[in-house]
Amino acid sequence: MKRGFVSLNEIMETIEMVKKEKLDIRTITLGISLLDCCGRDPKEVMERVYNKIVKVASKFVDVVREVEEEYGIPIVNARISLTPISLVSAGFDEGALVELGRVLELAANEVKVDFIGGYGALVEKGMTPWEERLISVIPYVLSSTEKVCSFVNVASTKAGINIDAVLLCAKVIKRSAELTSSRDGIGATKFVVFANAPSDNPFMAGAFHGVQEGETTINVGVSGPGVIRAVVEDLRGMDFRNLANEIKRAAFKITAAGELLGKEIARRLGVTFGIVDLSLAPTPNPGDSVAEIIEAMGIERCGLPGTIAALALLNDAVKKGGVMASSSVGGLSGAFIPVSEDAEMARCALEGSINIGKLKAMTCVCSVGLDMIAIPGDTPIEVIACIIADEMAIGVFNSKTTAVRLVPVPGKKVGDKAHWGGLMGEAPIIGVDSGRVDAFIMRGGRIPPPLFSFNN
Amino acid sequence: MGVDRVGIVAGISSLLAQYNVNIEDISQTIMQGIFVMAMIVNVSQLPCSFSEFKKALEERGKELGVEVWLQREEIFRAMHRV
Repeated sequence: MKRGFVSLNEIMETIEMVKKEKLDIRTITLGISLLDCCGRDPKEVMERVYNKIVKVASKFVDVVREVEEEYGIPIVNARISLTPISLVSAGFDEGALVELGRVLELAANEVKVDFIGGYGALVEKGMTPWEERLISVIPYVLSSTEKVCSFVNVASTKAGINIDAVLLCAKVIKRSAELTSSRDGIGATKFVVFANAPSDNPFMAGAFHGVQEGETTINVGVSGPGVIRAVVEDLRGMDFRNLANEIKRAAFKITAAGELLGKEIARRLGVTFGIVDLSLAPTPNPGDSVAEIIEAMGIERCGLPGTIAALALLNDAVKKGGVMASSSVGGLSGAFIPVSEDAEMARCALEGSINIGKLKAMTCVCSVGLDMIAIPGDTPIEVIACIIADEMAIGVFNSKTTAVRLVPVPGKKVGDKAHWGGLMGEAPIIGVDSGRVDAFIMRGGRIPPPLFSFNN
Repeated sequence: MGVDRVGIVAGISSLLAQYNVNIEDISQTIMQGIFVMAMIVNVSQLPCSFSEFKKALEERGKELGVEVWLQREEIFRAMHRV
């Protein structure tokens, strides 16, 4: 590395990114394996789980705040991801499963993290009876806790799409929203259905600590749509190849910052450094928007023709810049397109340039899926299941991660608004095409994997 | 960073001396009418925590009418150099 003092320009650029363009590290996520907490007796398991989390994470938040202060890059959240809970709760009855969720909430409060994820299962090929039981109690866990986040992986390129699990997840979404109806169904905002879920994703609600991972890991989720928007905005009229290059440069800088802080936090905690996930994750704050990047490229409103091409270029350039900056890139890495969490995206949904069809198309080229979308509360479970199935098919047949986080807002219909507050933001209720689809989804079973999965 | 006036450099560097902090490099300029100064300093001999020192610097900045940031140098190096 070139020695010599850093220049004034380099210093000012970083300060500007933080101050004006809201560069932040969205999350430092501490992954903790719970595999050594398994057992027959639920009480003992809960005790072991609680004690392990509290022991491993006791200094976590303090260290995060310390590093944030020293390096001057804001860190928004400190979170914990856990071994999928289905793997440590085999044989538990419903009561014990819900109780375990509360134990996770208590542990999260004790160590002062913002969220704790991993209450879920990977069932893309089949479900054990206790996995089925765990999935069915998710609504009760999400409605009785604030910080616990939940996921179910129902599909993969290798296994295909488990439609029985898709149906079960559609019920979970509906029930989670109903049980939290006084807060516009906020329970459902903490639940993600995945295809090809990454085991090292630091972002919620879908973070979990996969069995392939080590004992404890620090994963970093870097954000910074504002930084990319500022770059694009300054480059009106520049051709696409050069534009892509400039986005790569900005992505490089953001990723490098994330890796530096993540490694330092891991070092101070004596934990392995895992990955850095550069995902342009918007917040409802003005300027912190992915839709605005698309618009800065020259499209008047996000969702108009050209949006998919713009998003594809953006997503790919972000990945390329990130990969150059760090050999530990993982997670989702790309652009997120949540509706409620992106004020401009929510505005476009209200004005009609964004609808479910457009969003599905956008997920073919972005890093995740249908995210934080408010739909009418009376949307039938079968229709929700079909939306999930469509989105899973996009992931499975394109060998990418896709996810669904829908909220059927109880008592609200198209034209109304859902308010969740904080990072979750607010969203207009988007219409869902009506018509009968239950004969399709009720077939059940598994949609076979695509041909290219048989490449051994 | 702030509006240029008499005593900014003196005000900052006297505080540095008080905290046993050596200045290794200084550069300054006027950017769009605003005074900007960057100092590379050595904080290895601080008599207090990084955090206390940072607060004292920010406080002094307020008295001088400028904004002061204290950040570890590695962050700039990591972000801007391949």
